[in-house]
Amino acid sequence: MQTVKMVVTGPFSAGKTEFIRSVSEIDVVSTERKISSTEEKTVKQATTVAMDFGRITVDEDLVLYLFGTPGQKRFDFMWEILSEGMLGFIVMVDSTRPETFREARSILETFRAYAPTPYVVSANKQDRSDAWDLDDMRHALRLDSKVKLLPCVATDRNTVKKILLELLYSILAEMEGEN
Amino acid sequence: MALRGNLRDFTVTQLLNLINLAKKTGTLVIEAPAETANISFRDGKLAYAQIGQEDNRLAAVLYRANRLTAGQYKAIQQRGPVSDKELGLLLINAGYIGQEEILGDLQVHFAEVIRRLFTWVEGFFRFENDAAPPEDRINIRLDLENLIIEGSRQLREWEQLQDEIPSLDMALKFADRPGSSIRNVNLSVEEWRVVSYINPKNSIRQIAAATKLNDMEIRRIVYGLIQAGLVEVIRPEGVPLSRREMARSAPRVDSEEQKSLVNRLITRIRAL
Repeated sequence: MQTVKMVVTGPFSAGKTEFIRSVSEIDVVSTERKISSTEEKTVKQATTVAMDFGRITVDEDLVLYLFGTPGQKRFDFMWEILSEGMLGFIVMVDSTRPETFREARSILETFRAYAPTPYVVSANKQDRSDAWDLDDMRHALRLDSKVKLLPCVATDRNTVKKILLELLYSILAEMEGEN
Repeated sequence: MALRGNLRDFTVTQLLNLINLAKKTGTLVIEAPAETANISFRDGKLAYAQIGQEDNRLAAVLYRANRLTAGQYKAIQQRGPVSDKELGLLLINAGYIGQEEILGDLQVHFAEVIRRLFTWVEGFFRFENDAAPPEDRINIRLDLENLIIEGSRQLREWEQLQDEIPSLDMALKFADRPGSSIRNVNLSVEEWRVVSYINPKNSIRQIAAATKLNDMEIRRIVYGLIQAGLVEVIRPEGVPLSRREMARSAPRVDSEEQKSLVNRLITRIRAL
């Protein structure tokens, strides 16, 4: 059985859990892990961190796992671990909370530095009246015109599917470009 | 759709950059604890700016610029209400002042208003697409890039700069933005030195070393150039993936097998 991985990242409360929940065939598991990190000098005891984990079975030989990163910055050491071997990643951004845009940009840059894999940016909560326009978000997030910024309502399976497909198309395009 | 928020999350410099890049037309209203500012734009260029109830009329602007004497200013005020456009024409026809001087003084005045806004860190902003500047005032057309760079120069907080540019191992390239040109922008000597090293092969760290700038200084300069939409951060060219990065990348054992795998994923996701 082959497994592939995609990572869903973004600031705290951007909609990562709902995104994975919309398409996962299993209930999204928030995996509580006890981490004791000797690098965290100020932490004298084991720290727990929650990650979201979802699954889509493709066929009897292939399974896609969706990992949602913990959004809090203090768990950014987990991001590097989660990014190893990923096919691509999705950055979720809450369109109604511009105060999180800077953090979203920082997370994006961090993941780009970890691995040169394709990614898309998902502007979540686009069904809300106080959601920022995609054009304005692109400028605020300083996204290159080639980066896909996609409207999303994380609780709507169809929009989540579209985002996963766009990421897969980007992955395929990069593979074909390499050839 | 809302373009609104809090200055705690978006600086005035960032807002100007967004308006410039998106070539917005409308009025940015900023409500600070003490005052409210109204700044109007047309196609991303500054058209008009006012803070509170300050006298922004042409006569006041020309008086402050020493184009009018106190006596002339008083006489104009006593004349009764007249629009700025009418006053401007009167003054030009009477030979007191030329059109370029009027526009120049208005540009200086409105730019000064913007500079004051750079110090605002508390307040709510909203962009009103349908709001135009007052009809009886003369509008200007001022490019925002230089003001943005100037605003960025005032940026002091180390933590904010680090947030904006977390890694000095990334490189820079000039933005592919139609209509913009680094030639039309006024840069300091240090900024020009940095610009002269911009090349996808040079990391920001290398540029800092070559220009003898410390971490803070190079971040401030690069931030200003990014905010003005002149450069973009990219991965350095020709830098081979480290062993760790290669281990992190998706396995590329067989490209046809990989493509087949992705196609299977696509088929499955479509069927959800």
